[in-house]
Amino acid sequence: MSAREEILAKVRRAVAGAPETSVPRGYRMSNQVSDLVGLFAERVDDYRAVVHVVPAAEVPGRLAELVGERRMIVPEGLPADWPRGIGGTSVAELDAADGVLTGCAVAIAETGTIVLDTGPGQGRRAQTLVPDYHLCVVRADQIVSGVPEAVARLDPARPLTWISGPSATSDIELNRVEGVHGPRTLEVVIST
Amino acid sequence: MSSTFLGMPGSFPKNAAKAVQNSQLRYNLRKATHTIRGKRANVVGELPDWQELRAAGKAIKDETLRHLDRYLVQMEEAVTRAGGHVHWARDADEANRIVGELIKATGETEVVKVKSMATQEIGLNEALAAQGVTAYETDLAELIVQLGDDFPSHILVPAIHRNRAEIREIFLDKMEKVPEGLTDEPRALAEAARLHLRERFLKSKVAISGANFMVAETGTLVVLESEGNGRMCLTLPETLISVVGIEKLLPAWRDLEVFLQLLPRSSTGERMNPYTSMWTGSVEGQDFHLVLLDNGRTDVLADEVGRQALRCIRCSACLNVCPVYERAGGHAYGSVYPGPIGAILTPQLRGMSSELDASLPYASSLCGACFEACPVAIDIPEVLVDLRAKVRHKPAERAGMRVAGWILNDQVRLAKAQRLATRFRKLVPKRLPGPLSAWTDTRDLPDIPEESFRDWWERNERA
Repeated sequence: MSAREEILAKVRRAVAGAPETSVPRGYRMSNQVSDLVGLFAERVDDYRAVVHVVPAAEVPGRLAELVGERRMIVPEGLPADWPRGIGGTSVAELDAADGVLTGCAVAIAETGTIVLDTGPGQGRRAQTLVPDYHLCVVRADQIVSGVPEAVARLDPARPLTWISGPSATSDIELNRVEGVHGPRTLEVVIST
Repeated sequence: MSSTFLGMPGSFPKNAAKAVQNSQLRYNLRKATHTIRGKRANVVGELPDWQELRAAGKAIKDETLRHLDRYLVQMEEAVTRAGGHVHWARDADEANRIVGELIKATGETEVVKVKSMATQEIGLNEALAAQGVTAYETDLAELIVQLGDDFPSHILVPAIHRNRAEIREIFLDKMEKVPEGLTDEPRALAEAARLHLRERFLKSKVAISGANFMVAETGTLVVLESEGNGRMCLTLPETLISVVGIEKLLPAWRDLEVFLQLLPRSSTGERMNPYTSMWTGSVEGQDFHLVLLDNGRTDVLADEVGRQALRCIRCSACLNVCPVYERAGGHAYGSVYPGPIGAILTPQLRGMSSELDASLPYASSLCGACFEACPVAIDIPEVLVDLRAKVRHKPAERAGMRVAGWILNDQVRLAKAQRLATRFRKLVPKRLPGPLSAWTDTRDLPDIPEESFRDWWERNERA
């Protein structure tokens, strides 16, 4: 008998006659949050990321200021009036870049989380991983209150990366150190 | 389970007795467990619906286990449809062989690894070394453990038993390129690890991971992490091999809405961990292999009481609240799964034939703090008591219990025994002799009264 058949047969024997269950979903599907942008900004800031709340019309200008002289990876699909970047998908090119500028797929206020799904303006996964600086623009209408709404909005067929602050470790005496292998600086622009 | 731990001698009481003599270890453990405990309490307290999430988490896992055969097949179909390859492994040897062959097919002799309990359980690194493949751990704590030629002592923070000075020594001793003037500041040590691993991440062709969750409905794997080493391993290499225990399944995509709230808050005490990666089959041109691991899990599933241990999502909240773990530390449990969950999982996965494994169900005061902290409501004390009844006791102990049972089962016999004890009460010593002294070394023998309650009652009823 193959391993597959044997494991499945053992499972069937083990659970034969076990009681059926039903899942109680009494938890909150969404939260009453009066100021989604404010809560999201506060929670992202808690992770020691840098947060700016900027009116939509001023976003291109603010991005140009923030990017400055940096040589940025800028994936396709972002507005034409945002800073131009360099291309680059090979690991060496990404490693040589100063940072990456992206949009996002959805953001969660309660947990201060940004989710990327490699859609337009978000690039491949490596592009938001290898460069040391990640500048991410979140539109106010992309912010949901809690985790359940975010899960419902996402497409599991796409590779997803959930980002809550810069990379961090607490492995040495539980002292939190920001910036290990992922981008050491996360800067978030919330476009309102 | 892990070949790493097969040689671990002794029993839990012996290991613990040794561990509690180490005051540095006890200081580190107390500081660490109390810190995480406090953080967890804060972020759990923020959610008004924590108990509802917990109830849903428990029920989703029970549903998964009830129809595990169906969900495994569904997972296999979904992964295959998305261009991935699925392999099945009955035990550690079979899983290690499959992974070894997959690596061999790539022609590589070095692989990078994301922290994974399943691969530690099967002793994958050692098995690969025997096949000429070097596996590099990339999680900072796992790196400290691997470089220090040491054992992990906590599920979430495996190097919890090491302080910064010890870690600096290990780095100076074992790393090829150490930044000049390395201090023992955590920031400096993390930077040293970044430099040490950076080049390896960028050039590695094969990575090995576990997974926190697999979604049967969609074929999606989920890995939660903090440092970005996980993303490096999951994203950059051309080949990704994930070894995942069969109980890690969730039936539906929406079930993640529960577990992505339960796990980070229970585990690191954060609202959300820095990075979570999700992928379905082969993505961005990567060759993806999923190895589904049994290794004793179907035996655990067959036990009506013990099967709830398979709900475990490896958050380690139970370790951080356990008074026994806080004092004895992780190594005393002689397994990759320490603490309360280890005390019920290890004996079930490995059986209770060794002295160590038979002692684990007793590594608890049954205070129940673990049950309360568990995000999927595993009644650990219930399983501990059930396992204690199944441990094979020594012949003298069994004979003693049989005699006690014979007496206590019959009120005439009990009354006679009580009167006999009363008559000779002056002769009963405070400390028992011989092997029985093991009992009275740590507790007083109760005083025998002049008259039993039954006799007193009888006398006063008559009067």
